[in-house]
Amino acid sequence: MILISSVKVIVVVVAVLTGCAWSTWLERKVVGHMQHRMGPTFAGPYGLLQPIADFIKLIFKEDIVPSGVERVAYGLAPVLSFIPAMLVFAVVPFAADATLFGHEIKMVISDLNIGILFVFAVTSLGVYGLVMAGWSSGSKYSLLGSLRASAQMISYEVSYGLSIVGIVLIANTLSLRELVEMQGSDSIWFFSNWFVFKQPLGFLLYLTCAIAETNRLPFDMPEAESELVAGYHTEYSSMRFATFFVSEYANMLAVSAVGATLFFGGWQGPYLPSIVWFILKVFCFMFFYIWLRGTFPRFRYDQLMSFGWKVLFPLALLNVIVTAAFVMLD
Amino acid sequence: MNIDTAIFIISAVVAVFGATMMVFQRNPVASVLYLILSIVAQAVLYIQLGALFIGAILIIVYAGAVLVLFLFVIMMLNLRGGEDLGKPSPPLSQITKYFIALLIFAEMVFVVRSAFFRDAGPTGILTTPADQFGSVESVATLLFTRYLYPFELASILLLAAIVGAVVMARRESRSDKDLPGEVQK
Amino acid sequence: MKGFYVAPYLSILIFIVIGIGLVLFTFFLARLIRPSHPYPAKTINYECAELPIGDSWIQFNPRFYIFALIFVIFDVEAVFLFPWAVAFGQLGLYALIEMVIFILILFYGLYYAWKQGVLKWV
Repeated sequence: MILISSVKVIVVVVAVLTGCAWSTWLERKVVGHMQHRMGPTFAGPYGLLQPIADFIKLIFKEDIVPSGVERVAYGLAPVLSFIPAMLVFAVVPFAADATLFGHEIKMVISDLNIGILFVFAVTSLGVYGLVMAGWSSGSKYSLLGSLRASAQMISYEVSYGLSIVGIVLIANTLSLRELVEMQGSDSIWFFSNWFVFKQPLGFLLYLTCAIAETNRLPFDMPEAESELVAGYHTEYSSMRFATFFVSEYANMLAVSAVGATLFFGGWQGPYLPSIVWFILKVFCFMFFYIWLRGTFPRFRYDQLMSFGWKVLFPLALLNVIVTAAFVMLD
Repeated sequence: MNIDTAIFIISAVVAVFGATMMVFQRNPVASVLYLILSIVAQAVLYIQLGALFIGAILIIVYAGAVLVLFLFVIMMLNLRGGEDLGKPSPPLSQITKYFIALLIFAEMVFVVRSAFFRDAGPTGILTTPADQFGSVESVATLLFTRYLYPFELASILLLAAIVGAVVMARRESRSDKDLPGEVQK
Repeated sequence: MKGFYVAPYLSILIFIVIGIGLVLFTFFLARLIRPSHPYPAKTINYECAELPIGDSWIQFNPRFYIFALIFVIFDVEAVFLFPWAVAFGQLGLYALIEMVIFILILFYGLYYAWKQGVLKWV
């Protein structure tokens, strides 16, 4: 049992890291073309080997530790931001159950019946990496960036949680596996049971809060490079910086995977193998994120905070009550 | 020793270790980190007992929200552990402190003795797939029928907390205005 | 079947261990091959290439703290909503009314904070 789990964990971790690496390539390429540039072209065909080149560059870089840092917290911060980002993938089912050598293998590392709560809990722990990084660096930019980031994340976290409650109301379960199974359909309209059609407002709320949670444009205040240099990871270099960078992309992939699972039927889909459907859906989310980055300017910080509390939060509460009323009438 | 007992012992030791280190750290941020460690270990214990919802809440609310608040306060006051803690307190209050600590310890020993170690080994660890005890559904059905009144009272309590926060915020902004020549942001 | 119940949580534990191990391994690998020539001028904190003024203590807005406080309160509310949503099918209309009252009381709190100007970031 432990052996199978370990193999699954290693496969998933490697897959997510690979996904992160080529998400950076995708992002540069897409944003490049949106801005009438080519993006990376040099390393490999279409610049496809760029992530590997980046990795090699970063691993050979000197690790400059400023003299004013709090050593322990400074070292711990990248790990603290990496682990919660990855941990979400422990509960997301990524394909239909398969049979291999007569054993039935669940295509999920850990099928928890409190899956959604687990995702919520892990997301709420993501703040610590940033706070630790900012506080321990001993730099004004880092501290300001991490404070902004954490205040932003906690402001959108409540709405993030509430946007999922609508689905739970309809499905009466917190298990991600059951949620995916519920969204399957054998008819030609294979997408007819996707929760996005039953929870359109919930989906929009989820999308918005997820972008804010991952500190991406147009909500990338913590890294507003024009005012804060690089935000919380200003003082990080070499592999420690790379860890923060990977965590950001792992976070994006995580909210994409959870979004695809909750609203777009996870691995459900006709003809193609289930894992292909899953990857396709996650890819669509990622493309949407990158598209947003290429399109929108950054919010102002006060706009961002009032938007979270005065618009998203009341809307999320309203969505919960209206959904409950509809479920009641059914 | 089966794997359940092993997990119980490890997470119990980690929980106690985290709590102890939290008290002994001079650096308050390190204290908070150890407290998080302790809380996560406690969540593991709850989950092992079958109380899934309590375990999840412990992480979401305590580790994810309350301790963020603590961190903000520590950072706002810029405590780094090098502060002068002042003179040691007078002997009488020292004795009182130790007496109260002793009292609480005695109570703890009493509770632990009376409740737990009647059988050999820790009891209550769930080793079979749970019946509905402690699951989110059973918590909900109890919370919204039998314990409805305390639940609604909780909302009043939370409302009071909001009012408290607002009053503090207004005091802050008023004291800002009192400062002469302060540029209002 | 002994040890069955914690099995899914055990795989999460494996995940955490492997994740931490991976990060530490890359750090170790980087330590083996990267150069290291620190000198005092290099390890000064970044402040746009000037010498840093004072330490990193900045007078930060107490509003961060107020927002954290409000977040804690509404996080508790959100957590209460999950079991309610799971059991909603069994509980029915009565539960809906209960939750509407609960939400309205807390929403009044939000409205109060809003009117008092606490949610405004100035």
